[in-house]
Amino acid sequence: MTSEFRLDISQARPFALEVALDCVAGELLAIVGPSGCGKSTLLRMIAGLQHAASGEISLNGMTWFSGKTALSPRQRSIGYVPQHYGLFPHMTALDNVRAALHTLPRQEQINRAGEWLEKVQLASLARRKPSELSGGQQQRVALARALAAQPSILLLDEPFSALDSITREGLYLTLAELKPQLGIPMILVTHNLAEASLLADRLAVMDNGRILQHGTPAEVLQFPRNRRVAEFMGVRNILTGRVLSSASGQAVIALGEQTLSLPRALPLGSVQRWCLPQTALALQPSQQADSTLRGTVHNLIRLGDEWLVTVALPGTEDMLALQYPATEPLAIQQPVGIRLQSRHIHILED
Amino acid sequence: MDWIALGLSLKLGIMTILVLVPLALLVARWLAYRQCVGKPVIEALLAVPLVLPPTVVGYYLLVGLGSQSWLGQWLMQWTGHLLVFHFSGLLVASIIVNIPFAVQPIQRGFESIPQEVRDAAACCGMSPLRSLLTVELPLAWPGIVTAIVLTFAHTLGEFGVVLMVGGSLPGETKTIAISIYDRVQALDFAAAGNMSLMLLVFSIIVLALANSLSRRFGRRGSYHDL
Repeated sequence: MTSEFRLDISQARPFALEVALDCVAGELLAIVGPSGCGKSTLLRMIAGLQHAASGEISLNGMTWFSGKTALSPRQRSIGYVPQHYGLFPHMTALDNVRAALHTLPRQEQINRAGEWLEKVQLASLARRKPSELSGGQQQRVALARALAAQPSILLLDEPFSALDSITREGLYLTLAELKPQLGIPMILVTHNLAEASLLADRLAVMDNGRILQHGTPAEVLQFPRNRRVAEFMGVRNILTGRVLSSASGQAVIALGEQTLSLPRALPLGSVQRWCLPQTALALQPSQQADSTLRGTVHNLIRLGDEWLVTVALPGTEDMLALQYPATEPLAIQQPVGIRLQSRHIHILED
Repeated sequence: MDWIALGLSLKLGIMTILVLVPLALLVARWLAYRQCVGKPVIEALLAVPLVLPPTVVGYYLLVGLGSQSWLGQWLMQWTGHLLVFHFSGLLVASIIVNIPFAVQPIQRGFESIPQEVRDAAACCGMSPLRSLLTVELPLAWPGIVTAIVLTFAHTLGEFGVVLMVGGSLPGETKTIAISIYDRVQALDFAAAGNMSLMLLVFSIIVLALANSLSRRFGRRGSYHDL
């Protein structure tokens, strides 16, 4: 039987939190959300460091928390990496890892801790104190310590947020390498979407103490459930329009003075909010017969070797943002055409 | 040189530390980690001996523990003697006036340990006792050393409370500070000077020792170096 982690908890105070999620062995679930959305609190509740008012947390059928009873972190067997690593400053790297193995005989502690430091590429620095290690090295010690006692779940709280991007990538690799060997549920809390998409098998987007959506990173990015998720996922083009007609699985939506037809039925006369991925949009430097939409260049920002172009559309405040190679000349107020693959239009809830 | 008085002072200092510091550890740890409604009140009560004149503390102890009080009468029945004008009374008084000197530095010591470090200890499968012994006490150590030194030094120098509660019985309640006062009253400035000088040298040695102890620990890595 594969182990499965399940959680369904709620509390009203000190802030509202109502979350249900699960994670199977070998899977990395990323909980992403803006700071203050309750994701770190959620992780502490999983670890047993604090408790919700009611609900249930279980692993593999064993109840960790049920509203009335709660197991201590010690009884749960947790691998936990806090945001600033929580290393014991008075102990060497080796002793930090050994601290997680304190139930074993001394020699075995040393052997096992040494093996784990090797796995995170720190064997040569085993005798150093945390203050003598770089941020990335401290992070590796914390990871080794969290995993050394073969925990039943791994919890990572913003573990890469304090590191520079090169160190961070090294650690992504280490984590990705360890992941298939561990065979336990892994939960990563982060506000960094790129990091979550890179490492996670599944995402849960959290805001104001609630999970707004979960799914694979690709699913959530392509089909955000509502505006909040779309914004958080960095979707640039979120537009609104009234449904002008809808018949036999085809709807026509107004976009200012222009219209778009898309292959799905929608309630006639309703106002819909929709988005679409960058890849479904292409800029044409002049308006042509096959342009789906026509507009004028409203703003140009150069980012590397690309223009970030904002196109104003006649009759609406909504604008479209697109990229265009910076090698081609473009000017503000220039009339442009847009090719839009309307089958990629995704209608948002609410 | 009043060796008996010096011995009594040292004995009082050591006994105060032995009784007070373990209690202070419990209270300070609780105060450092918990947030509760009554916490500011408790902290204020524990700090009261810091601002009250020692004679006031001594007065209340004398009245509260004396033969006229119910506590004094109960103690009389139970132990056969009163706490006042007795070494045990001196110890009780010394513990009470030293509460802030012991609790506050230890509390600061525990407060300096980041929550994450304590969380990590719990998630490493440590019991609360194991976490206390292997993680928290070593990290709070500078605060504990400070508490021990302050308590000891303060006990050696305590005068008002001791005089009120203990009187000046040689070998029982006559500490070095009181002996110095006695000698001055008797115009024996040579003896008073000797004892004062000795106390001065002794204090400097203890403070230097304590400083180097806590600094040596500091070099072993405190969280703030991270």
